[in-house]
Amino acid sequence: MKIVVCVKQVPDTNEVKIDPVKGTLIREGVPSILNPDDANALEAALALKDKNPGSTVEVVTMGPPQAKIMLKECLAMGADKGYLLSDRAFGGADTCATSTTIAAGIKKIGDYDIIFAGRQAIDGDTAQVGPQTAMRLGLPVVTYVEDVEINGDKAVVKRQLEDGYEKIEVKLPCVLTCVKELNEPRYMTFAGIVDACKADITVWDHNDVALDPADCGLNASPTQVARSFTPPAKGKGEMLTGTVDEMSKALIGRLKEKHML
Amino acid sequence: MAVKVIKEKCKGCSICVKNCPFEAITIENKIAVIGNACTGCGACIEKCPFQAIEEVKKEAGETDLSAYKNVWVFVEQREGKIMPVSIELLGEGRKLADEIGCKLCGILLGEGITALADDVQSYGADIVYLADAPELKDYTTDAYTNVIFKAINDYKPEIVLLGATHIGRDLGPCIAVKCQTGLTADCTKLEIDEETKMIKMTRPAFGGNLMATIKCPNHRPQMATVRPGVMDKAIADTSKKGETVKLDVKFADGEIRTKVIEIVKSMKEMVSLTDADVIVSGGMGLGNADGFKLLQQLADKLGGVVGSSRAAVDAGWIDHSRQVGQTGTTVKPKIYFACGISGAIQHIAGMQSSDIIVAINTNENAPIFEIADYGIVGDLYKVIPAIMEQL
Repeated sequence: MKIVVCVKQVPDTNEVKIDPVKGTLIREGVPSILNPDDANALEAALALKDKNPGSTVEVVTMGPPQAKIMLKECLAMGADKGYLLSDRAFGGADTCATSTTIAAGIKKIGDYDIIFAGRQAIDGDTAQVGPQTAMRLGLPVVTYVEDVEINGDKAVVKRQLEDGYEKIEVKLPCVLTCVKELNEPRYMTFAGIVDACKADITVWDHNDVALDPADCGLNASPTQVARSFTPPAKGKGEMLTGTVDEMSKALIGRLKEKHML
Repeated sequence: MAVKVIKEKCKGCSICVKNCPFEAITIENKIAVIGNACTGCGACIEKCPFQAIEEVKKEAGETDLSAYKNVWVFVEQREGKIMPVSIELLGEGRKLADEIGCKLCGILLGEGITALADDVQSYGADIVYLADAPELKDYTTDAYTNVIFKAINDYKPEIVLLGATHIGRDLGPCIAVKCQTGLTADCTKLEIDEETKMIKMTRPAFGGNLMATIKCPNHRPQMATVRPGVMDKAIADTSKKGETVKLDVKFADGEIRTKVIEIVKSMKEMVSLTDADVIVSGGMGLGNADGFKLLQQLADKLGGVVGSSRAAVDAGWIDHSRQVGQTGTTVKPKIYFACGISGAIQHIAGMQSSDIIVAINTNENAPIFEIADYGIVGDLYKVIPAIMEQL
């Protein structure tokens, strides 16, 4: 099988802190990591390769040159090949334009049997690029996948719902976006790290994937960020008063008003 | 939005480098250079003390925007029941439609759901577009995307809102690509620009550390998914009557490429601290390990989990896996109850991003009250039972 995995390098948003005085993001010392859901997508692909000897796992990302490091981490985990879509023309892309570029890269890789992606990236949390890439490739898509079984030319997957799951059958090739409940990503191996250091990452620009700069990046992004701001700092709130019963009643009332209960 | 550096004004101070959330700016030859990782968020524009970074204006497209009218809400039903977020969106959609001066429409898909269309009208929809077919009984990406895409093409709404549920977040992106338009995910605030009558969509990004207001100026419809529980629900009023338009639904062989084999409802599993919507944490104020039993009762009532301060873990009252704080787990629940926790810096660092913090402590000078949204000075063994009585 030829398996493709879409990945993204993201800042570890759990490590981001807000300067309490200036109200700005403190970026210093925040590491760039392989997006957590994408690690689950890669693990799903590697597990499939383990079951089907002779399969290949190829990882693709769009990003700046430093995203190569993340692709090498994927190789060290067991992926066979890494592709980086990198071009100033791809910059400033929203999900609509990003999916065009990723789909063009996957088309160039070609002959895929199945494509895995993470459900969403922790820097944007949109969950859009996976399904949108599927649409652009003309493939069926299942999102929020928490279990996968491949039977011949079909996949039977569990799609996570808020209060359970649905079991879905889909024909290959298809795109599956993965949640963390799907598996436990493996670690890089020492031998894998050594090999990854030596391995080459293929870098493609807009010419390589036959995209007009007008059709990618900022130029092809319908949405625009009008303003971004740090949420107002949390100040001291309200001290409830009265008897224990009065305070409890007031608390529950406030929480209901705010749709918290 | 794209940004560019005005070379003449740039002093190479690198303030923008430090403030860029995406590490997209570097200093080369003492001048800031915007790199590939730039998402055009504009954070650097505000921070530059020399006004040396500006927005690059984009030229307007050629789509005839005036052909698009009305606000649409995707009315999501599961097993014949309208999802709460859809009722919230009908409430919010009504406000937006009134501000623009247009109609509010619901689009409803399913099987045997004609009666639901009346409910959608009573929630304030002027028009309900109804697609009733056996293929639409359960949600499938292909069937729902194709029916709604065709309806959008035929009736041209200017705004389409969906709930950010597991279904809405699957459906929205697919419709947006088919319509060649933008989609803003997980919005928490929607506003109509007074001048342009366009929608401004605000959403948390960057793990909630940053808020972004998004526009979709040159493409239609303007689409957004909206977080459940944020907007006010529409109030049902059966005297409100609208119009129901039945959509003609036909599917070609093989058009629906996924098959739902079964839908399984599961009991909610024990969620981890990081995923919990409600956390009830206890500290030294509990006095002993048994106190956590009371917290567990409150957590159970609210569908939440129990957490703890480091001191209570160090005292051996509860397992380390429950510890919230810098050396424990960082949490961002909707509601965080701090019971008998004084509020050491290391604890606060791990929970201050919670949406609502409720503090219960006998010491009115406890630092926890400085960051609490609601503070109750009192004995938690009296207060918590009283709270449970109210639920």
